[in-house]
Amino acid sequence: MLIYILKRLLYAIPIALSVTVVSFMLVYLAPGDPLNAIAPADAPADVIEALKSAYGLDKPVPVQYGLWVWRAVHGDLGTSISSGRAVLGEVLGAVSNTFMLAIIASLMGVCMGCVLGALAGYQRGGWIDKAATTLSVIGVSVPHYWLGLVLTIIFSITLGWLPAMGAGPGGSSEWLWDAEHLRYLALPSITLSVIPMGIITRTVRALVADMLEQEFVSALKARGLGRLKIFKHVAKNTAPTVLAVTGLQIGYLMGGSILVETVFAWPGTGFLLNTAIFQRDIPLLQGTILVLCMIFVVLNLLVDIVQPVIDPRMGRG
Amino acid sequence: MLNSSTDSTQMRVRNQTQQNSGYWWVVLRQLRQERLAMISAAVLLVLILAAVFAPWIAPADPFKASMLKRLMPIGSPGNILGTDELGRDMLTRLMYGGRLSLIMGIVPVFSAFCIGTSLGLVAGYVGGTLNMIIMRVLDIFYAFPSVLLAVAISGALGPGLSNSLIALTLVFVPQIVRVAESVTTQVRQLDYIEAARMSGASNYSIISMHILANVLGPVFVYATGLLSVSMILASGLSFLGLGVKPPEPEWGLMLNTLRSAIYNKPLIAALPGVFIFITSIAFNLLADGVRSAMDIKK
Repeated sequence: MLIYILKRLLYAIPIALSVTVVSFMLVYLAPGDPLNAIAPADAPADVIEALKSAYGLDKPVPVQYGLWVWRAVHGDLGTSISSGRAVLGEVLGAVSNTFMLAIIASLMGVCMGCVLGALAGYQRGGWIDKAATTLSVIGVSVPHYWLGLVLTIIFSITLGWLPAMGAGPGGSSEWLWDAEHLRYLALPSITLSVIPMGIITRTVRALVADMLEQEFVSALKARGLGRLKIFKHVAKNTAPTVLAVTGLQIGYLMGGSILVETVFAWPGTGFLLNTAIFQRDIPLLQGTILVLCMIFVVLNLLVDIVQPVIDPRMGRG
Repeated sequence: MLNSSTDSTQMRVRNQTQQNSGYWWVVLRQLRQERLAMISAAVLLVLILAAVFAPWIAPADPFKASMLKRLMPIGSPGNILGTDELGRDMLTRLMYGGRLSLIMGIVPVFSAFCIGTSLGLVAGYVGGTLNMIIMRVLDIFYAFPSVLLAVAISGALGPGLSNSLIALTLVFVPQIVRVAESVTTQVRQLDYIEAARMSGASNYSIISMHILANVLGPVFVYATGLLSVSMILASGLSFLGLGVKPPEPEWGLMLNTLRSAIYNKPLIAALPGVFIFITSIAFNLLADGVRSAMDIKK
């Protein structure tokens, strides 16, 4: 078990390193000089030279990369070009907003998905199964940014129940756990929860249906166990897979909430990415992507470590 | 396939191709039994035909703006589906929009299918160090959530149609390679491959005849499943302003530019998204149909 965890940790190191390389190199994908974003096209040569050395762009690329990683490890992701503030502070503030959105949305989606999937798996072919399958197909097919627009039209424009944009009253981006802030969270999190709902429903339905046909379930039935007790066994066996999918989904939602955040003007990482891309704010772009990917890598790692704890068969394999 | 150990290679080739077309015929026949998949295929066909023939059948010019006719409601005379924020006919722009939207949804999956299958075949067949290098490099892509990867690449490359096609292709390639590689590795160890090698078949003919035929099915099913994701992501990139540029008609971009109209004409503002939704759900149901017709478990 310990060896498995160590192995998995060791395996994460090259992945984490290559993530830093990709995040850093993204800038060089862009056509033209990274300086174009900062300096006006007709800037005199000495100004350009000064800017180059100020941003460290006069050094060879591997040196730049080394310096960037060295500073990143020490908690310095550079200064945002568009706002002039430290990238780390901006990213951490946005990440906490995105994280909350992703966690709430995943929890809602996973709960809905488990209930729907289990019901559908038990009642295969019945009306619940049909309804759950339809819902899950809609969940995975709906363009969620469009769903966000539709929900805004229904619940905030037509009915006037919920606010359409922002994360708090008066455009504040500071989060507080009160009723007013929860109203702002409602629409974006419901919109985002549709994706994990669809995927988990599908997964759980297939797992439960498969499990009910297994011999051990027949054996349990033959021994006279009640439905509830049998369900306990089924649930225990589906848990590891559901957990793995949930972990991945949280990660996907953290990285994928950019579209929904744009629709609802949610002050998260999606908003930062948007700014970074359209203002060609390279330190901000690199920093945001690096932090998001590191979170994703850590989430994957956690899932892989927790899974054999729940299901001891995996640790041995 | 296993029994085709006839002495002449020609004979074997003929058997092979016959059986392959036979297999795909069976799949097609099975698919015809799937009602939902057939309805989806019909819907997609209508959308594709409308997009292809838009220049001949569309009622208006997609770029002709009119200040007087801005945001006309659905059902207006002359503009059945109303007009957009610049007074352009919605029905026309939706038909034209299908061209770019469908291209942006289908092309990345198709190119990823070609690139990914080739890479996966090579990695799985050659094995060893090459396999390790290819698969470990692709693992890096798995460290990025797919939407973030697409946004990051096309954001770095800059907005535009071809850049978003490249970004989406890069998102799908690693996934397809994984499927192709795992099937190839399984098939490579089977006895009939060994038999083919002993009877003097070259690596090329083993891959192209014996392995490809087995790999194509699962990869094809996987790729059809990606079409829906690709549609949503492609239009999403345009929605963010990273895909097609205005005034070009494209569903995601139309959804973006019409956002200012959600307060006074919500139905029109939501209309382009309906088309993205219909296309994506049709692709999904078709993929489900293909999967069960080919009897491949998800």
